[in-house]
Amino acid sequence: MLELAFKGKKTYWTWIFGLLAAIGAGFALYIWQINQGLMITGMSRDVSWGFYIANFTYLVGVAAGGVMVVLPYYLHNYKAYGKITVMGEFMAIASIVMCVLFILVDLGQPTRALNVMLYPTPNSVLFYDAIVLNGYLFLNLIVGWNALEAERNGVHYQKWLKPFIYISIPWAISIHTVTAYLYCGLPGRGFWMTAILAPRFLSSAFAAGPALLILLCLFVRNTTNFDPGKEQIQSLAKTVAYAICINVFFLLCEVFVAFYSNIPEHMDHIKYLFFGLHGHASLVIWMWSSMALMVLGIILTVNPSTRKNEATLAVACVMIIAGTWIDKGLGMISGGFVPNPLHEINEYAPTLPEIGITIGVYAIGALVLTMLYKIVIGVKEEAHA
Amino acid sequence: MKSSRRRFMKLAGAAALGLGAQPVIKAVAPASEESPQPVIRKGSNALPAEQWAMVIDTRRFHSAKDLEPLIEACHKIHNVPHLTNKNHEIKWIWETHYHNAFPGNPNPYQSEEVEHRPFMVLCNHCENPPCVRACPTKATFKRESDGIVLMDFHRCIGCRFCMAACPYGSRSFNFRDPRPFIEETNPKFPTRMKGVVEKCNFCAERLAVGQKPACVEASNGAIVFGDLKDPHSEVRELLRENFTIRRKQNLGTEPSVYYIV
Repeated sequence: MLELAFKGKKTYWTWIFGLLAAIGAGFALYIWQINQGLMITGMSRDVSWGFYIANFTYLVGVAAGGVMVVLPYYLHNYKAYGKITVMGEFMAIASIVMCVLFILVDLGQPTRALNVMLYPTPNSVLFYDAIVLNGYLFLNLIVGWNALEAERNGVHYQKWLKPFIYISIPWAISIHTVTAYLYCGLPGRGFWMTAILAPRFLSSAFAAGPALLILLCLFVRNTTNFDPGKEQIQSLAKTVAYAICINVFFLLCEVFVAFYSNIPEHMDHIKYLFFGLHGHASLVIWMWSSMALMVLGIILTVNPSTRKNEATLAVACVMIIAGTWIDKGLGMISGGFVPNPLHEINEYAPTLPEIGITIGVYAIGALVLTMLYKIVIGVKEEAHA
Repeated sequence: MKSSRRRFMKLAGAAALGLGAQPVIKAVAPASEESPQPVIRKGSNALPAEQWAMVIDTRRFHSAKDLEPLIEACHKIHNVPHLTNKNHEIKWIWETHYHNAFPGNPNPYQSEEVEHRPFMVLCNHCENPPCVRACPTKATFKRESDGIVLMDFHRCIGCRFCMAACPYGSRSFNFRDPRPFIEETNPKFPTRMKGVVEKCNFCAERLAVGQKPACVEASNGAIVFGDLKDPHSEVRELLRENFTIRRKQNLGTEPSVYYIV
């Protein structure tokens, strides 16, 4: 099937070479980072994780979000999703590839990355994260690829695939749960230390993942002969609506607990993010934009007339993706590090090279996604031709 | 032809899986008798303890200047670089205020004298260290023989999970090559490379040859070092006779550094 990814019109190849250029630029910057060390990033002794880990966390969510089409199709036999399940699975593959790369570019000594396997340490959450992420990548590769190949050949997928499909559903939950456990089990980091962190991550994942999938479906419909379907997009939109509501609800739960209990350790981080602390307020505008975007997203997806209108739905999806990205990417990671354990304030902002490397990783993800989707569309067009 | 190729692929796959699983098997299976484990023996004058601990008499320090020689002694023998960019700073011990060392503790109205005292902070060599729990490669570990939390600079992958896990901000990361910023290199202690984490090691290298930690030696008796588990040790004596506090002891990490206030 891979040959389908190498047949395309001029616009396809322009896009591919554009991505390759971005990847090349990102790679050059990464070589510079290898050479100089992480000093070229905005990270510091106090904010020791930054943009890379934030994007990693966000993309784990997008990957897990793919399960929102897999589960209704395979567990509830919701036939309509049969058309787009593989799109969800391939979106997960591209996301996981980016997650792994973000972890890699964040390492101070990337050549030693395999030490995680050579000296397996079952008491470290990162050990489990490596297992679940790689496992999820392989599950989606196996399931997505084989199911698509069966579709191309006009046969039912092989029987042995069933267990992998069923395993992949709880596995999707596990990747984001374990990722939340990276943060929420650390003593002395009041912002992250909340039992609701994993559910919060999952709710934003189930909003952001399907929202991206809706945009991809609309794009595919407008540019190819394959129509993912009106019903499919509307069902996804309902998932997004529920998930974004739950996500904002969870956030409000956090705010209540922190402020009603009045415990400074828990309040200070939220105060820093939304109001600024002792004159340090670089994230305030971002956090309020995030809130506004998510609330607008709720209004547009819950209201039937705006949800059913695909133009307003697309706007809502962009808002939800941006809002959850700011909340989980920018706010969640720096928010946990500011103020530091000695209650000093040292703010973080990514540097240009850091952003360049990040764009490079996103370009790799986009390249993987483009080629996989090209295959999907090739197969679908063949089937309907 | 086809079936034999398939069989080869299967075999190759199984073999690769076996090789990949080897370290995991090694980790859970007992060591084989054929290859004896290397024995690490202690030096004849090495100082022994079950759990090293430190008692800092903060009454003996009046200004930041009083702590300078201690910090200087530590940073000099451990090849700690002097970096001017605060973001990339490496520090093993440093001086801070009461409300930074003990956030959550200060009362709005309290002894002015205590409030203006300099507080020396460093790795607490916790009995339940969260950093050791977090490290995915065992590059940081708690030495069973004497409870010191140590770092293997050659195994550290630089993921900085330990820095997020430490509730005391005791760990530093080499954001850049530290070597050009060491004024005078001490050949008896390793320098570090960029991309790894480091922190206070309770002078494990000095204890091994019968010397007390450098900061203790430079403190003129204001800091006492000894075995927490020995009821007759000097630290236990001090803990019995003085009221002491520890940093964030509510977190259950059981820090081994005590402060007399």
